[in-house]
Amino acid sequence: MSFIIKGETGDWETVIGLEVHAQVVSKSKLFSAAPTTFGAEPNTQVSFVDAGMPGMLPVINDVCVEYAVRTGLGLKARINNRSVFARKNYFYADLPQGYQISQFELPIVGEGTLILDMPDGESREVGIERLHLEQDAGKSIHDLHPDKTFIDLNRCGVALMEIVSKPDMRSPDEAGAYLRKLRSIVRYLETCDGNMDEGSMRCDANVSVRPVGSDELRTRCEIKNVNSVRFVMQAIEHEARRHVDVYEAGGDIAQETRLYDTSKSETRPMRSKEFAHDYRYFPDPDLLPLEFDDAYVEEIRSTLPELPDDKKERFMADYSLSAYDAGVLVVEKETAAYFEDVASGRDAKVVANWVISNLFGALNKKGLSISDSPVSALNLGKLIDLISDETISGRIAKEVFEVMVDEGKDPDAIVEEKGLRQITDTGPIEDAIVKVMEESPGKVEEYRGGKDKLIGWFVGQVMKQTGGKANPGMVNDLLRKKLAE
Amino acid sequence: MSLDDARVQRIAVLARIELAQDEIGPLGKELSGILDWIEQLQEVDTDAVEPMTGGADQSLRWRTDGVEDGGHAAKILANAPEAHEGFFGVPKVIE
Repeated sequence: MSFIIKGETGDWETVIGLEVHAQVVSKSKLFSAAPTTFGAEPNTQVSFVDAGMPGMLPVINDVCVEYAVRTGLGLKARINNRSVFARKNYFYADLPQGYQISQFELPIVGEGTLILDMPDGESREVGIERLHLEQDAGKSIHDLHPDKTFIDLNRCGVALMEIVSKPDMRSPDEAGAYLRKLRSIVRYLETCDGNMDEGSMRCDANVSVRPVGSDELRTRCEIKNVNSVRFVMQAIEHEARRHVDVYEAGGDIAQETRLYDTSKSETRPMRSKEFAHDYRYFPDPDLLPLEFDDAYVEEIRSTLPELPDDKKERFMADYSLSAYDAGVLVVEKETAAYFEDVASGRDAKVVANWVISNLFGALNKKGLSISDSPVSALNLGKLIDLISDETISGRIAKEVFEVMVDEGKDPDAIVEEKGLRQITDTGPIEDAIVKVMEESPGKVEEYRGGKDKLIGWFVGQVMKQTGGKANPGMVNDLLRKKLAE
Repeated sequence: MSLDDARVQRIAVLARIELAQDEIGPLGKELSGILDWIEQLQEVDTDAVEPMTGGADQSLRWRTDGVEDGGHAAKILANAPEAHEGFFGVPKVIE
């Protein structure tokens, strides 16, 4: 799936790298024992360490280290047994320390890979450059007072994993697939909840363009803090088109940080020149290097769950699913588990079809997640059994399914209650056929005169006569016989 | 190594220190002196020496993840020049 921008002077290719800040799921902060709960009253989740009070010392949180390693293993990345915390210095109202404790030269996780599952079923590999641990900043609120900015330090010091990709993506679609895959992996690992709308996963996109066929890397712009997959994709597209326009007008792109304005669908420069970055990184003198041995890493590795890529392969091998179906089913591990529950002892392709086409559609409509599904795996399984043992037809099953979605009931009960059991006795079906033939002698003549296609019309009429309950295969056979008489 | 006035001014901006015009020259000389001293240290060949993080044989202390702090917004805000409704109030800093 290529994304080529057709310019006046020729075709342009887009080069994209993403930096994702993923909040670690921990009870307390990276270097302090204050809580990390989202949405608390302002400044109630702040220790003196987080507030940057003089003389306070940071002490590292063991879960944050473990989850960074765990995430690194999930990205098949090199784990660095020795890493170093550094101070990234900048001045901003929501950064009371005056620096962010981050990792610079020696991050905890090095190079890895992530597989993109594209909508057409194809796969692509994107390199991971690094993953490092760092502190989040506080929150500035600009709209509570006419001439003041309000600062809440609750988020200050919360642990983030900054996950940096290589500039390996070439289209907004690939960037979207990358974010969805990364979110899926951290959710499988349970190291980050992946909620972009609550800010626990945030994305900065580095974008540049180049003429198709060239392998140069031109000046990139960084689009900061976009908070949904869809907006990241839109922002990249707009930014790439802006670069093409600038180059084709004979201009140059300046390296800068930009914001994506979702209401105007444009990016614009964010920081004025006087804030030109000069972070003056240096090793944090308050923190010794972070060290652990191979045994520690192996212990974490032994607790890893089956990850989406492996699960997808297994689904394709064990259930003979297509790459697309398997890919869709493994995005959330809850969905994968639901599918496996239903598929056990049943035709997996039929089950996949029900889950993807019917269940997902119904859940989307109601805005529910699979965990809140009104149709339990047990009940969906029963419904599929009712079709396969010919108690109901596929068409009736869709009706029953709708009732299951609305009322959460057992399909057996619905079928009994509404008298939907399929008619498989020849008697009533033949009666219906005779009735239809008597009512439309003209059509019968036409059919007998060679208009074979009318069989479809006859089937439809007979089904209508029986309230859709007749077994369609039997209707077909009996009709052909009767019409041939 | 000598620092010119513009460089001194830039360092002052990064450090958020306001300098009077007549302070820049003398400060530049002092800073240059420090850099000269560092240059002198750099004459020592340390290629074969592992960088040290301290004089004592210590390793980083880890803490068990748990909540034992927070819940004292009033103390956090005690030194704030301005506080409103539990927030720090600062001059408008909108991009």
